[in-house]
Amino acid sequence: MALKGNLRDFNTTQLLNLINLARKTGALTIQSQGTDAKMYFKEGKLIHATASGQDGDLTHLLLKAGKLSEEQSKQIHARAGEVSEKELALYLINAGLVTQNDVVQSVKDQVLNVIYRLFTWEEGVFYFEPNQLPPAGQITVPIDLENVIMEGSRRVKEWERLQEELPNLDMALKFTDRPSAKLRNVNLTVEEWRVISFINPRNTIRQIAQSNNMSEFQIRKIVYGMLQAGLVELVRPEGAEARPLIPPGREQPVERPPAVKRSVINRLIDRIRRL
Amino acid sequence: MQTVKMVITGPFNSGKTQFIRTISEIDVVSTDRKITSDSERVKEETTVAMDFGRITVDEDLVLYLFGTPGQKRFDFMWEILSEGMLGFIVLIDSSRPETFREARRILEIFRGYAPTPYVVAANKQDLPDAWDPEDLRIALKIDPKVKVVPCLAKDKESVKSVLLELLYAILEEMDAEQK
Repeated sequence: MALKGNLRDFNTTQLLNLINLARKTGALTIQSQGTDAKMYFKEGKLIHATASGQDGDLTHLLLKAGKLSEEQSKQIHARAGEVSEKELALYLINAGLVTQNDVVQSVKDQVLNVIYRLFTWEEGVFYFEPNQLPPAGQITVPIDLENVIMEGSRRVKEWERLQEELPNLDMALKFTDRPSAKLRNVNLTVEEWRVISFINPRNTIRQIAQSNNMSEFQIRKIVYGMLQAGLVELVRPEGAEARPLIPPGREQPVERPPAVKRSVINRLIDRIRRL
Repeated sequence: MQTVKMVITGPFNSGKTQFIRTISEIDVVSTDRKITSDSERVKEETTVAMDFGRITVDEDLVLYLFGTPGQKRFDFMWEILSEGMLGFIVLIDSSRPETFREARRILEIFRGYAPTPYVVAANKQDLPDAWDPEDLRIALKIDPKVKVVPCLAKDKESVKSVLLELLYAILEEMDAEQK
């Protein structure tokens, strides 16, 4: 099934959320303003990313991270020839120049740099190629998308967008029942922890903001990130009357229709089956 | 005679008129007009007031299907159409992600009108660019309890299955209320 479109209609956060929730494996390419970014995913985890205009060469990454000197980098570059990234990493580790952790961290930083840039792209064509994996020999680092989405969401600055995503602050929050949610591996800021401590189906988002002296913008930003990462979900506040969402400018929802008997529904079902 | 009604809603050009036309026993009373807005000139005509279809169950019971107008400037009609509905169907053109945000907006507005059951119909599944219904569920943040049904509005069996899913959802809610 096709998974393609434009970031204008379906933004990076939503796209990554979909890949995460659907546990997709494959390559996502995004093209925007002359830049191509390609990300690989395995069972919903980000494992590699590249972008045109960014030097993803391992020696360059290690140099940038201060793990190799300029001189070492040049020598390795000259000798490395056609060896794969994995082979090169093994050589560097065995030579005692870097540790495995240095390599993993450098590659991870590079992948994250690529992906965080995408959060600022408002327009760009994307397409997902299922089951396509990076070339053999490429170092892959599995990264939970929950954290990526959280951090990316922090970078989303558009107030209008936040308002659109979370129009009603009189809803409450509860922790998601989704069994795959990995709360233990999620990194939260101090502000997010403050919000977390108030999460309860009886507290509205507005009340949580007031209790923490947060502006509507701040609370929207935090709750939006948590929703996108799948940590929490919106619920109607407990104890309040069932309050359906009311569109702007309307004081009261339309009354519920008079009760229809179960037999009426069964007759409709029988009729439609026979059509 | 008892009459009950369902509302078929969704963004512009999502296939609402076709959906009703496929299943209705009468010629759909459609009030299509030539499109005047260039931005919405994907098709030649659109529904400005409502589509109206009918399924007679027996002498005592008739089901009416109302399709909402697709263009934003006729939003004021939605609340009127939704009064007394049994439930509603949100029809989405699965091949046009640029309409998903609008679909979600419409869904939220209809949820606000009345706490009636609803289903989402992922229409145009025969098109090569159609998104999978489960991908649509995630994209539109649709509650796991709500059914997202693959749909071809021009295919009678497909339309029947969407209507049946809505009726099953109504029965389930009745069961839940009794408990």
